[in-house]
Amino acid sequence: MTTSAETVIAPARVKTAATATVRRKQGFQHGGWFVAPFLALFVLFVVWPLLRGVYLSFTDANISGDSASFVGLDNYREALNDQAMWDALGHSAYFTLLVVPCITVLAFLLAMLAHHIERGKWLWRLCFFVPFLLPSTVAANMWQWLFTQGIGLFNETFGLDTPWLTDKSYAMLAIVIATLWWTVGFSFLLYLAALQGIPDHLYEAAELDGANAWHRMVHITLPMLRHITGLVIALQILASLQLFDQAVVMMDFGPGPEISTRSFVQYTLEQGFTSYRVGYASAMSIIFFVIIAAVALARMALLRNREEGGR
Amino acid sequence: MTTATTTPVRKSRKPWTPSQIVLTLLGVAVSAVFLAPIAAALLTSLKSEAEAAEIPPHWLPKVWTGQAWKGLWETGNITNWFVNSLVVSVLVTAVVVTVAALAGYGFARTEFKGKSVLMGVVMAGLMISPAVLGVPLFTTVQQMGMVDTYWGMILPQCAPAAMVYILYKFFQGIPRELEEAAFIDGAGRWRVFFTIIVPLSRPSLSAVGIFTFIASWNNFLWPYMVTNNPDLMTMPNGIATVMNSYGIQWAQLMAGGLMAGLPLIIVFVFFQRQIVAGVAHTGLAGQ
Repeated sequence: MTTSAETVIAPARVKTAATATVRRKQGFQHGGWFVAPFLALFVLFVVWPLLRGVYLSFTDANISGDSASFVGLDNYREALNDQAMWDALGHSAYFTLLVVPCITVLAFLLAMLAHHIERGKWLWRLCFFVPFLLPSTVAANMWQWLFTQGIGLFNETFGLDTPWLTDKSYAMLAIVIATLWWTVGFSFLLYLAALQGIPDHLYEAAELDGANAWHRMVHITLPMLRHITGLVIALQILASLQLFDQAVVMMDFGPGPEISTRSFVQYTLEQGFTSYRVGYASAMSIIFFVIIAAVALARMALLRNREEGGR
Repeated sequence: MTTATTTPVRKSRKPWTPSQIVLTLLGVAVSAVFLAPIAAALLTSLKSEAEAAEIPPHWLPKVWTGQAWKGLWETGNITNWFVNSLVVSVLVTAVVVTVAALAGYGFARTEFKGKSVLMGVVMAGLMISPAVLGVPLFTTVQQMGMVDTYWGMILPQCAPAAMVYILYKFFQGIPRELEEAAFIDGAGRWRVFFTIIVPLSRPSLSAVGIFTFIASWNNFLWPYMVTNNPDLMTMPNGIATVMNSYGIQWAQLMAGGLMAGLPLIIVFVFFQRQIVAGVAHTGLAGQ
């Protein structure tokens, strides 16, 4: 791109470039004030509670916060031997294992459908996304009612007589079905945006080379969507492990039939607010934080490996 | 938003090929499944309580009545809850957009001591939510004397690391030359931020705003922990906790639920183009 005119004026440009660097430094320096307001809130409501949680987890604090004495690792020792905690963790993990693959596949199929229908695009978007706009409690109330044996329309419509909410073997499944309906729209939207971002010329070139629809999907669409799939799975795992709203509302604020739907978050809050054992609940919060962090780190490590392998 | 009026209305009639017909029919069928629960809730809200609890159930009301909707207004705190939801969501959205935009810009485009360490801490914050740290967060807020207050509901929702990260990614993509030119012309950092960066980022900022609003309007767990006073509850909260405690009146519960969901559905219908574009723009969907 270097023209002769540019070469001639080059010395002048060197000088302006030098002053520009000085000015740029002035312009970009001391940016701390931009970050300060967020940081203040972040320290008060994220960092400080985390540190406080670590401190409380070594005490026998109750809800009013008085007469807390240091108990060392007792809370952690108790938690790790607490079968109810392991059960609750198991319920959250089981929910996650059921929801994540289903949501990923379903969101992809819905996005493909909405992307390929040429008429009324906004209508399909609206239909598939609308449940996500409902508060979790509202979605949960709707499904609680649909699933109620006898008066619920779900069994009636499909000619079943399944005790969805009152039988141990169906309760979690009912929560999973409600969750799929309620949350798939968000991942659907991510996939839809990603599909719209795939350049048309790739498909046109493939078509010229005689690739059929199946080949185009396997060799263009799926590889181009790899990043978004990773993101959808990661976000869903983190969100699903934090199961709480749907489960408590659908089970009338209880732990479900034979305590089969009590999630980790629910058990922690019960210990803190119902049994007033703030120290113990804090220890469980910290354990949960470690689990979430481990999942996130594992994902980062996997991603790095894959990128290095791909090179 | 302003561009909507200038966008030419182009309705190119596309041909109905056999594959398009099949896909459209499939779309209709899937949409019916998605809308069925909402339709069922709407139809139930138009039944009498006795009919809503009838066995066997049926889809259409035999007698159409607005009784549940009327009862909602008369007995419930519903207007209170609605106003509370509105106050909380609007304030949370305003604070989050402001604070996250400043921080995103600060991290993406300015230098200061300890920036990389702070950035690392904020990224770690992506993993912490009220669900993860509920009890310690509650005792912190309690210590500050903010239990059962608006501040207690609002402020803890105002530090979402995810929104900072999204805007940080977006600001990194804006060419530096735009700002450098302004610096050379003698503009200060704040002026550059408000006159160049903010107008350029309107799609991303509105996406962050809309998603924050949705999340805050629908937030159940945090208001559930921090408020006991029914006068202070938000919509999802009041409907789930107070209405359930009467013993469930299904028609009224469905009417209340639809009212809690309606504002966001309206927002989405009007802003759906911005929302979809925002997802693409903010790099949420990109690499």
